[in-house]
Amino acid sequence: MATPRPARRRRAWPDWPAYLADRATRVHHPLLGDFLSAGCPAIDTPIGEAPLAALDIETTGLDPRRHAVVSVGVVPFGLTRIPLRGARYWVLRPSRALTGTSVTLHHITHAEVQDAPDLAEILPELLAILKGRVAVVHYRHIERPFLDSGIQARLGEGLRFPMIDTMSLEARLHRQSPWARFRRWLGRPPVSIRLHASRERYGLPLYQGHHALVDALATAELLQAQVASRFSHDTPVGELWS
Amino acid sequence: MEVEWLEIRQHMGRFPPFDALSDDLLDEIAGQVEVAYFQAGSDIFTLDQEIHELAYVRSGAVEVYRRNGELYNRRGEGDIFGQFSLLRNHRVRYPVQAMEDTLIYFIPEALFHRLCEEDEHFADFVELLRPRLESAVEQQKKNNDMMITRVRKLVTRYPVMVEASTTVQEAARQITDYGASAILVLDAPGDNPRYTFRDSEERAWQVRGILTDSDFRKRVVAEGLSPDTPVGEVIGGRPIAIQSDESVYEAMLTMLRNNIHHLPVMYRRHPVGIVHLSDIIRYETHSSLYLVNNIYSQPSAAGLARLGPDVSATFVRMVEDGADSRMIGSALSTIGRSFTRRLLELAEAELGPPPVAYCFMAMGSMARNEQSIVTDQDNALVLADDFDPERHDAYFLELAKRVSDGLDASGYPYCKGDIMATNPQWRQPLSVWKGYFRDWIRDPTPERLLHSSIFFDLDPVYGENVFVEQLQDLVAELAPQHKLFLAAMARNALNRTPPLGFFRTFVMEKDGKHNNSINLKRRGTAPLTDLIRIHALACGSRAQNSFSRLDDIDRTQLLAPGVSDKLRYALEFLSMSRIRHQVIDLQHERTPDNNIEPENVSDSERHTLKDAFQVLSNAQKFLKFRYPMPSSAERRRR
Repeated sequence: MATPRPARRRRAWPDWPAYLADRATRVHHPLLGDFLSAGCPAIDTPIGEAPLAALDIETTGLDPRRHAVVSVGVVPFGLTRIPLRGARYWVLRPSRALTGTSVTLHHITHAEVQDAPDLAEILPELLAILKGRVAVVHYRHIERPFLDSGIQARLGEGLRFPMIDTMSLEARLHRQSPWARFRRWLGRPPVSIRLHASRERYGLPLYQGHHALVDALATAELLQAQVASRFSHDTPVGELWS
Repeated sequence: MEVEWLEIRQHMGRFPPFDALSDDLLDEIAGQVEVAYFQAGSDIFTLDQEIHELAYVRSGAVEVYRRNGELYNRRGEGDIFGQFSLLRNHRVRYPVQAMEDTLIYFIPEALFHRLCEEDEHFADFVELLRPRLESAVEQQKKNNDMMITRVRKLVTRYPVMVEASTTVQEAARQITDYGASAILVLDAPGDNPRYTFRDSEERAWQVRGILTDSDFRKRVVAEGLSPDTPVGEVIGGRPIAIQSDESVYEAMLTMLRNNIHHLPVMYRRHPVGIVHLSDIIRYETHSSLYLVNNIYSQPSAAGLARLGPDVSATFVRMVEDGADSRMIGSALSTIGRSFTRRLLELAEAELGPPPVAYCFMAMGSMARNEQSIVTDQDNALVLADDFDPERHDAYFLELAKRVSDGLDASGYPYCKGDIMATNPQWRQPLSVWKGYFRDWIRDPTPERLLHSSIFFDLDPVYGENVFVEQLQDLVAELAPQHKLFLAAMARNALNRTPPLGFFRTFVMEKDGKHNNSINLKRRGTAPLTDLIRIHALACGSRAQNSFSRLDDIDRTQLLAPGVSDKLRYALEFLSMSRIRHQVIDLQHERTPDNNIEPENVSDSERHTLKDAFQVLSNAQKFLKFRYPMPSSAERRRR
């Protein structure tokens, strides 16, 4: 599945609305068709007005072909407020066996997983929450391929949608800025852009990590902090998503 | 799957008022929270903005401002703000700004109101039912009642018990073996289950009677009974007993009322010990009554000096027993007065009777009956008007010296301001003293009164009390008529102001500066007693004690309704905080002082102290307004 080809406008922002509209005409599964035809905010929607949803999934490993999703946390929010009452969290029965490390890392036990639903069972609810919103994740290269291939395996068709990646936003500052290049030239280690280290820079509190729901909240807060200090409410979503 | 926000619930559960909420309520709050991030310097609440949420600081810190832009408060991790506006008109009264990068958890209004309804502690905290200061003092009182020493504290061991069929000889042997002086006699349970208890082996018993040392003499030996007589035949009826959670005082009364020396102590129907009258006497040894008695029996100043540690012990004991500040202040003043009187008696015994009549006068906290454990001596001599310095002053100087030295040796250091009878200025005949007071009142300036306000707390200690009473009358008569005097006193009373409150481990000042500790006397109790004194002077009160002065002030229209109660609560709370911290010092074998360090102040004490400082601060503002400096035209007219 190709990443959307952005129309050449402004600084080559990905044109997600066009991509979703196009995909909506091609998919067969009604669940995906419904999700895609709801679209997403226009490219120039101010981030302050865009409906967002922080998303985090915990997996048994990094490779979507070999590893599985164990839990999903999602928190719909807006830039000014993160209302916790809309949050949802699922522990899933992974299609592949849990390894010892992923058990300790995600605080999920085998017993919890035994009676848990399959990704297919929660998809309608998950997609209903994400519908029309821009997903906010920390490191999209987990959430995007795992959901894409997980959905592909179950519905026969994959799904990609716009994501604001708070790690990318940190990387723009700490990895791609002239200052970061200068640091690299000096031989200094790169600034950590992992979730916890990034939050610390904005004075955000230490949360228990590797819990999909808590990490989703932590990501939502991080985006609020990033926009407050480096962007503005009027920044177009197109500048932030990828 | 129901979403569980452990992360959020656990954080809130650590801070008041959430710490007292049930887990269910905490879960509910966590599930309804709305989170928002605020960069340092950004507005969280702006003035008059509509507000429908309570704010909880999860991390960072905020500054709360008054309408006029003055800093009102700082709130850090675990603190809440916005409750005042929520409880009133839903308009922000105090704007709030993020002082650091801050994460706020907002709690919706509907839930806030439910918490207030369902949890009394929560409502108290956010001042719904009544001001926090008032409830804190009431809570202290409630604790006091519970803390009053229970009789079980005197029980050191299980009672010796025998069956009714045991011979008196065997019973006597057991009493001797156990080193006891009484024994309880048990029997099979009767019809009345009220008296039945079960022992550790689940056998049912009832207490039939008590046999004491003197019973063996009176009921056995004097009656000529055989050693084989069963104890059941010797004992009287069911013994008078007391429940273990009754007070020691009640136990003492029970013994006196029934003329008995042994009192079985019961936990419900189960005997747990026997208290003897001597146990109570031993316990009372540390009481202030006993100490005062001891002071008067000392044959020398050296003997008095040795009682210094007993004063601290009595002080600690009173606080532990749950006395309030008024009881403690009055007991310590009585002890201080007793030292003074005994020193005067001893001096007179050596120097001979005084050549003219005199009254030894106390000033400051002793005169107010508000002495604490950290205090220096403030005293003076008022002499009869036939005093002739040439012939008599040598005697009174020596008298004053002995008292002053004796007090210093007993733990009442010399007054740094030299307000002592050893200073010739403060060792004068009544007519001169009257002149001093007329002068201070009729021709005052703030500077002249700066060091004399202490003289407006005055009380006789020993001798011709009527001399000092005349001075009290004079002050009560003149002060209300002299606006300039009251204004000058008020001006001085504003020299010492309270801090804003606490922030993290610091004391926060009104200008936003931080300090590591606070002198609770200088910044709290002293300015508060100062302002109460001025209102008392203005209404012609003769009372010296601050609480009695407030009673007098209440009879006038001087203060708006409710204000004097607030002042009472504030004074009580500030005094008790100071006292408690002095007890902590003593228990850690440190020299007690008037300082408290924020890290030793509990969360709820912080909040209440902040309220007390606020009461003081408001009262000072009113003082300035109520006793303004008269214009020069007005001054000339008098």
